[in-house]
Amino acid sequence: MALIFELTIQGAQMMLVLLLAPLLVGFVRKVKARLLRRQGPPLIQPYRDLLRLMRKEVVLADNASWLFRVTPYLIFAATWVAAALVPTFATGLKFSWTADLIAIVALLGSARFFLALAGMDVGTSFGGIGASREVMIASLAEPAMLLIVFSLALVAGATQLSTVAAFMASPDVGLRVSLGMSLIALVIVAIAENARIPVDNPATHLELTMVHEAMILEYSGRHLAMIEFAAFLKLLLYVSLISCVFIPWGLVTAAAGPQSLALGVVTYVGKLAVCGILLAVFETAIAKMRVFRAPDFLGAALMLALLGTLLLFVSRSL
Amino acid sequence: MTPIVALALWGVAALLGTAILAVAVSRRASATRLVYGATLGISAALFVIVASALAGDPAGVSAVTLPLGLPWIGAHFRLDALSSFFLVVVNLGGALASLYGLGYGRHETAPHRVLPFFPAFLAGMNLVVLADDAFMFLLSWEFMSLASWALVMAHHREQDNTQAGYIYLVMASFGTLALLLAFGLLAGPDGTYTFDAMRAAEPGRFVAATVLALMLLGAGSKAGLVPLHVWLPLAHPAAPSHVSALMSGVMTKVAIYGFIRVIFDLLSEPAWWSGVVVLFLGGLTAVLGILYALLEKDLKRLLAYSTIENIGVIFVSLGLALAFKANAMPSAAALALTAALFHVLNHSFFKSLLFFGAGAMLTATGERNMEKLGGLIHRMPLTSFVFLVGCVSISALPPFNGFVSEWLAFQAILQSPDLPQWGLKVMVPAVGGLLALSAALAAACFVKAFGIAFLGRPRSAAVELAHEVDRYSLAAMFTLAALCLLAGIMPGLVIDSLSPVTLSLIGNRMPVQMAQPWLSIVPIGESRSSYNGLLVFAFIAISASLAAFFIHRFASHALRRSPAWGCGFPDVTPAAQYTAVSFAQPIRRVFGTFAFRAREMVEMPPPGATSPARLTVEVHDVIWEIFYQPIAGAIEFATEKLNHLQFLTIRRYLTLVFLYLVTLLLVLALWP
Repeated sequence: MALIFELTIQGAQMMLVLLLAPLLVGFVRKVKARLLRRQGPPLIQPYRDLLRLMRKEVVLADNASWLFRVTPYLIFAATWVAAALVPTFATGLKFSWTADLIAIVALLGSARFFLALAGMDVGTSFGGIGASREVMIASLAEPAMLLIVFSLALVAGATQLSTVAAFMASPDVGLRVSLGMSLIALVIVAIAENARIPVDNPATHLELTMVHEAMILEYSGRHLAMIEFAAFLKLLLYVSLISCVFIPWGLVTAAAGPQSLALGVVTYVGKLAVCGILLAVFETAIAKMRVFRAPDFLGAALMLALLGTLLLFVSRSL
Repeated sequence: MTPIVALALWGVAALLGTAILAVAVSRRASATRLVYGATLGISAALFVIVASALAGDPAGVSAVTLPLGLPWIGAHFRLDALSSFFLVVVNLGGALASLYGLGYGRHETAPHRVLPFFPAFLAGMNLVVLADDAFMFLLSWEFMSLASWALVMAHHREQDNTQAGYIYLVMASFGTLALLLAFGLLAGPDGTYTFDAMRAAEPGRFVAATVLALMLLGAGSKAGLVPLHVWLPLAHPAAPSHVSALMSGVMTKVAIYGFIRVIFDLLSEPAWWSGVVVLFLGGLTAVLGILYALLEKDLKRLLAYSTIENIGVIFVSLGLALAFKANAMPSAAALALTAALFHVLNHSFFKSLLFFGAGAMLTATGERNMEKLGGLIHRMPLTSFVFLVGCVSISALPPFNGFVSEWLAFQAILQSPDLPQWGLKVMVPAVGGLLALSAALAAACFVKAFGIAFLGRPRSAAVELAHEVDRYSLAAMFTLAALCLLAGIMPGLVIDSLSPVTLSLIGNRMPVQMAQPWLSIVPIGESRSSYNGLLVFAFIAISASLAAFFIHRFASHALRRSPAWGCGFPDVTPAAQYTAVSFAQPIRRVFGTFAFRAREMVEMPPPGATSPARLTVEVHDVIWEIFYQPIAGAIEFATEKLNHLQFLTIRRYLTLVFLYLVTLLLVLALWP
């Protein structure tokens, strides 16, 4: 009985991330539009886009290979698994020990690896430019992310996200310089990884600004729907990650009763809304960078994360 | 006589016999099948013998002394947990390379230059690992080097191969010289050459430090540690592809075996700063190796540079193990050493696989330059599938094996804030950052390797004529791909079978992993960190199938083929695709300006002129310019000066002889 309950909670989390991911994107778009004094698309527009894409035919380039057709499902699966492993409303789920934070980062790396390959499959210069810029950004964002993981692991004594989240909610944390540095670095990495302004612009297809959009230029129909969905999931994943580590209040344990679980879900949705508004305000307030300014931006994240880790090596209490 | 080591020696003798036989038959048509069939059988038998010994009686040590070699010493051989593990790596690699050779060897233009040396090379690597005295070790080491040198020179008429062979020979001799001096110091003034005696001796701190430096020079130059790596990207690709696979995947591991044997086994207690040195060199090697690989457009050279990166990763873990061992933290040391050995095994799998794939590409198209390839996924679907598996594994992505060893290394790094020394406290996080950087760059590098060579549109006519390779080659590659996946989803099995090695070298082991529920791996405690490759693999498989099922049930099935979007230009040529160099341009610009003093210059024609604009890229091999050019310059200068001595008159020669004799006598007279 307990096993069934645990599996249900785990399944509920997997479905929850799936349901909420497009909503978060719609919400961010809406807030951005309101900030620009526009009406903006309705909140459920991303769901409609996905459904419409699924109903459309796929236009496949002549020399697209099997890899091009398999990749959308692989990317979606890897991102979904990673997103389901991040605690959203509850910690200590049934399969939370399957992969720790390092493995979650690496799972996202797998998704990116295949996306970059898919960009090069058709053999247009657009795919190439997107893939080559994406791996350049990743080559800075990934080490920064791993160093952030190191900092968190050294503070909490674990790379297991459930344990980290539980530790961050406990009063032992205190105010630490290293955690502040990690937060700033994590936000920068999250912005870069999700192709948001100022690193990339999710709303444009202009060749000079695009990284992510250039890679998926040849995709259409159901394949594009899968890739877009994976991108929504990735945004949700990073927001969940930031909120479960840095605003851990309201997280419940999986063993708690249905009432507190429901409360946990409500708190989680609230956190998503707060982070969504912050993201929209930040994106509206800042301009897109040139591509070769992005390494400086990410380099700052890398240095902050390294500094945070170094501080923790020097003294556990910093 | 103890049976296992004797059996192993019989296997080595059979390999040597095959080598001699190969000299006799190498010009016959059936020679290829005969020789590779024999080496396949012998290597497989050796693998089974050693693996069963490692599984059956892991703590067992069997030794034998043969009346060979120097008369008053004899030849000592010994098989313990460490050598068993490395023999598994050597013979598994050897067997699969032979299997691959059965097919690949048929395309060989000069089989008589390859066939006799291939079994000899395998025998040499086996002997290095089996040797139990310094004389035998050095003899086998030199034999291994020379056999592989002969294989590098197999195609000596091709451009650059003679130079590669020459540099390899110089570096190999230099490495052996360093090893000779190291063993000389370990043997002490009494000249006890057996490893048992060296183990028992207590060398002083100065001797231990010098031995460490000499081992880093000797074993490091064979393994490809920066800055001693220069021969590796020249020599490894020059050999036939299955030999490249052996040199990169296996011979570098034999060098690592030598390092572990001396530093962890023969020298008793490491000093804490030895960890700092090894960590620094490992981190530097990892990042520089992969940056070199990113700038490369020759696929085999790219793979050789990536070997350098992986050697760096292994040395980082070894450095951590040394630091932990010196500070009496045995469980952390066992974790770090397990990470290193796991990566040794993994790298032998995926690097062999990738070199086999490069060889398949070479047979199918005759081209190593990726910029002349593209679109091979349509012509060689099976090869490109296994090559993709190799690329994913080497990029340290879950659920494949490369990720597990990186993950273990990261877990070991997270154990290190407890180290007391400040040098280590500062060095370890910096090296952790370098390790993370090299992992990310490796992923970029292999996106490039696969994307340029196998995806896109064909860049030359050679690709249009390409066809899938033979069954033997495919069998070897599929076996390795399966091993990559298996080691990735069942890492507990590998970790547990490595425990006798860590027990014998450090006296501790990682907790038993196969007892964990659901086959997770848990290095320290479940609440701290755990990873389950099997479940990650299963989850990805299930959710991908779920998504695909859902889409095919509810979404549109319509599909239309049409030309790719070319921005309105009709018939865009394949030359407009991204190339290997342009793909790496952003990374070259970010990292290369510092590491390689890379510069780009654009010459624009003046307004109105119709001449084309030109982009010039300038990249310096900084290591070569800093370390090797001055040495080469000094040697040239000295020979130039000494050249005058050849043209003196007889009187001057007599004067010189007289002066020399007087000096010698004076020294002798003044010597206390």
